[in-house]
Amino acid sequence: MVDVVVIGAGVTGCAIARELAKYEYKVTVLERASDVCEGTSKANSGIVHAGYDAHPGTLKAKLNVEGNRMMEALSEELDFPFKRNGSLVLCFDDEDRPKLQRLYEQGLENGVKELRIIEKDELKQLEPNISDNAVAALYAPAGGIVCPFGLTLALAENAAVNGVDFRLNTEVQNIEKTNGGYRVATNHGVLESRVVINAAGVYADRFHNMVSEEKIHIIPRKGEYCLMDKKVGGFVSRTVFQLPTIYGKGVLVTPTVHGNLLAGPTAVDVEDCEAVNTTREGLDDVLKRAALSVSHFPAGQVITSFAGLRAHEEKGDFIIGQPEDAPGFFDAAGIESPGLTCAPALGRYLAKQILEYLPAQAKKDFIGTRKGIPSMALAGPEERAKLIEENPLYANVVCRCELVTEGEIMDAIHRPLGATTLDGVKRRTRAGMGRCQAGFCSPKTVEILARELDRDMAEISKNDPGSEFLTGYDKDDIEE
Amino acid sequence: MKKDLVIIGGGPAGLAAAIAAKEAGVDDLLIVERDARLGGILNQCIHNGFGLHTFKEELTGPEYAGRYIDKMLSLDIPYKLNTMVVDLSEKRTEGENRKLVTVMNREEGLYTIEARAVILAMGCRERSRGALNIPGYRPAGIYSAGTAQRYVNMEGRMPGKEVVILGSGDIGLIMARRMTLEGAKVKLVAELMPYSGGLKRNIVQCLDDFGIPLKLSHTVVDIKGKERVEAVVIARVDEHLKPIPGTEEEIKCDTLLLSCGLIPENELSESLGVEMNPVTKGPRVNESLETDREGVFACGNVLHVHDLVDYVSEEAAQAGKRAAAYLHGALKKAEKEIPIKAVNGVRYTVPASVDVERMENVQVVRFRVGNVYRDAAIEVSVNGRVVSSRKKKVLAPGEMEQIVLKKTELEQVENLQEITVAIRQDV
Repeated sequence: MVDVVVIGAGVTGCAIARELAKYEYKVTVLERASDVCEGTSKANSGIVHAGYDAHPGTLKAKLNVEGNRMMEALSEELDFPFKRNGSLVLCFDDEDRPKLQRLYEQGLENGVKELRIIEKDELKQLEPNISDNAVAALYAPAGGIVCPFGLTLALAENAAVNGVDFRLNTEVQNIEKTNGGYRVATNHGVLESRVVINAAGVYADRFHNMVSEEKIHIIPRKGEYCLMDKKVGGFVSRTVFQLPTIYGKGVLVTPTVHGNLLAGPTAVDVEDCEAVNTTREGLDDVLKRAALSVSHFPAGQVITSFAGLRAHEEKGDFIIGQPEDAPGFFDAAGIESPGLTCAPALGRYLAKQILEYLPAQAKKDFIGTRKGIPSMALAGPEERAKLIEENPLYANVVCRCELVTEGEIMDAIHRPLGATTLDGVKRRTRAGMGRCQAGFCSPKTVEILARELDRDMAEISKNDPGSEFLTGYDKDDIEE
Repeated sequence: MKKDLVIIGGGPAGLAAAIAAKEAGVDDLLIVERDARLGGILNQCIHNGFGLHTFKEELTGPEYAGRYIDKMLSLDIPYKLNTMVVDLSEKRTEGENRKLVTVMNREEGLYTIEARAVILAMGCRERSRGALNIPGYRPAGIYSAGTAQRYVNMEGRMPGKEVVILGSGDIGLIMARRMTLEGAKVKLVAELMPYSGGLKRNIVQCLDDFGIPLKLSHTVVDIKGKERVEAVVIARVDEHLKPIPGTEEEIKCDTLLLSCGLIPENELSESLGVEMNPVTKGPRVNESLETDREGVFACGNVLHVHDLVDYVSEEAAQAGKRAAAYLHGALKKAEKEIPIKAVNGVRYTVPASVDVERMENVQVVRFRVGNVYRDAAIEVSVNGRVVSSRKKKVLAPGEMEQIVLKKTELEQVENLQEITVAIRQDV
C-alpha cells in the first residue's frame, strides 16, 4: 500500500510529486513511456506566460500568475534554464485595438505586473524585425521562456532524490475504488494506494471516467512547430504573439531558452491521442503565419519540426481536485496552455488539497535543491578548464553542433532517473538537437548508452520499446 | 602553444594540404582531427572507385586515405586525434596577425594555439530530415545515408531491412547498393529533381545493376509509424517541385535513408567572420584558396562540395602550397582581384577571383551547373570577349566541371576587369 500514486510523469505529475516529496508520503509515479517528459510536456512552446490570456477567476488565470512568479526562484533551486525575456502581443489593425485593450485589462485583473500597451515606434525599437504591419502591441515584461524538458526533469529528479518512486514503461490499465483507497492495475502488476492523482495529459479523461460519474471529455488539440537554427536565434528577443484576427488564432515567434528560434503552434482538434505527426498543411501554415509577425522570417533555417497534443477539456478550464463521487482521487486534468507555466503553482495548490485529505508531517530531511548537468557549451573558459580537470571526458566532444561532451552524456545516464534512450540523452544534454539533427553523434551516443547500461547496441532505442535503431548484423538476411 | 600552420580537419583535404605544406618547407605545422582516426569520412567509404585520377587505379576509401596517411607519417607531420576545435578567432597586433585556435581533448584539456596561418578543412554534413521539413511522425528508422553507412561499414550493424532512399546524391546511391549487398531490400530511390544529383557511374553501378528503381521528380510527403518507420508516402512533384495531389503512393518500409545534399560545415569559419559564398555555403576564396581573412585558407568540402575525392586532394595540395608561400613571405598581398563571374547556368566558381600577379601559370577553376545540359559548351569570356569555348555532350549538377586559366594569357589582356564562365546551349 502506498499513500499516493501519480499517473503521468509530465511536468504536471512531476511538479505534484516533487511537492508531495516534501511530506512524509510514500509516493509512486506511474509513467507509460520509457522516460519522464514524453507526452504533452515535451512538445510545446516552452513559454512562461505572463498571465493576461486566461479569463479572470479561472484556475488558469490564478495558477498562471502564481506559476510565473515562482519560476525564477525555482529555476535557481533546481538549476534549469529560464529567462524572463518579455512578451508582446501584436495588433495589426487599428480596428482591433479594443481587443488589445481588453487583453490589457484582463491582465491587470489577473494581477499581471508591468503590463502596458506600446505603439509602433517603441515596438520597432524593442524588436527591429517586427513587421511594419503591426500598429501596436501589449507588452508584458513578466513573460518568459523555459526549457520544458529542463523544468520537468529537474522536478522529477528532485522528487526522486527525495524518495519518490518512478516506475517507467508502466501503463495504468484500470482503477477501482476500494475501502480506503484505490486499486490501480498496470501492465506490471497492481498497486493499492490511498490517493490517486490523475495527471495523465490527453488520457486524463479515461482515468477520471473510471472512477467518477461526472464525466469529462478531453480533446487532443494538435499544435505543430518549426524550430530554426541558432544562427537566427536572435531574430526576435521577446516572445511575439499575435492578436487573433479574422485569419485565425495566430502563432508565436520566440527565441528558445537555448538560443534557437521557434514558430508555432497550429491548433487542430484530432481524435487520436497518439497523433503527434506533423502535416504539410500544418507546417506550411506555421511558416506563413509566423511571417505575418516579422519581416523576412527566416523560413529557410528550419532544422526540425514537431507536433504536440494539448489536453483540451471541453469546458475550457483546468480540472483540479476531487470529483464529488470519488474522494481520494485528485484530477489534474485538462492541463493545456498555460500548463507549463502553472506547473509549480499547480503542484502546490493540489498538494494542499491532498494534505487536507490525508494529513502528513513535513519531511525533515527534504533536499530542496538540485544541480543540473554542467554544459560545456555554456561554460566560460575557466569553468570549462575546471570541468575538464575534474573529469577529462568533458573534453571529449560527441555532439559537435551543440558542443556536448562524453562527460555530459555520462552524467545524463548515471544521474537519478538517468537517460536510457537516445531521446533521453538528447533532452538532458542537447546532444543531437543541433543543426545536423544527430547525423554525426547518434551512433556515438548509442555506443555510449550501450556501454554504460551494459546492453547491446541493438537494444538501444530512440525512445519507447519498438524504436530501436539497429535491426541486426550485416548479411544476417542473406539467403544461403 | 605556437605553430606556423594549423590544419583543421584530418580528412582527405587536411591530409593533402598538410603534405603539400610540409613539402613546401613548412615544418612547424599541426593537423587537428576531431575523430579517433585520420582519413575522415573515407574510412566508412569501403566501396572502390577512389583515386582513378590521382593514382590511376581503383582504391577503396580507406585505401585512398591510407596512401595519404602513410605519406604524412613518413614526413613526420604532427597531428592530434579526438581533438575538437571549439573556437577560432584572430588576434591583431602591430604588424602581426595571429589566429587563435582553441582546442580540447581528453589528454591535454583545453588550450589555445597561436597560429600564423590556418587551413580550414572541416568537410561537410548531410542535410537532415528536419532541414528538409518532411512532415509525418518522428520514429526510429530515419537516417542520413552517411549515418547508415557508418553503422553498416564501421559497426557491422544493419539499421534496417526494407529501405526507401530519398535523394539520389552519391552517398544515397552507394548505400542503395551496400544495403542490398548486406541483405536489405531497397525498394526505390526517390529524387525530387528531374535529374539525379549523383554521378552517372553510380546510377549505373549502384541502382541499374541491382534493379533498384530511380523515381525522378518524386519526394516523400509523409512518414508513418510511431516507434519505428512503417511506411513512407511518396508523390510525384510538378515543375515547381510541389507534390501533385492524387499521385501519392504508400511504400511499406522500416527505414528511410536521406541523401539530399551536403552542407559545408563552416561554423568555425563564420565565428572568425570569414566572408561566405551563399551558393556554395563555403568561404569565398581567391586564386590562392585564401579567404578574405589574411592567412586563412580553405579546401575540400568545407569550401564547396566535391564529387570526387581526387579533386579534393588536388585542391587541398594547392591550399597547402599557397599557405606555405604565405608563411615564407612569398605570397604578396592581393592587390587587384579580378572577379570570376558565374552566369547562365554556372552556379558558382572556386576560386571566385584571381589576382593575375599572384596566380600560378595554370589556374584550375571548378564549378557546378544548375541543370542538365546536352550538347552545350562551357564558354569563358574575358572583359566580355569569348576567349574559349569547350563543347560537352552532357553537363549535369551531379558532376563538377572545370576550366583552366593561363597566367600568360591573362597578363596580355589590357585593363583586365572581369572573367566570365557561362554555359552556351545554341552550339
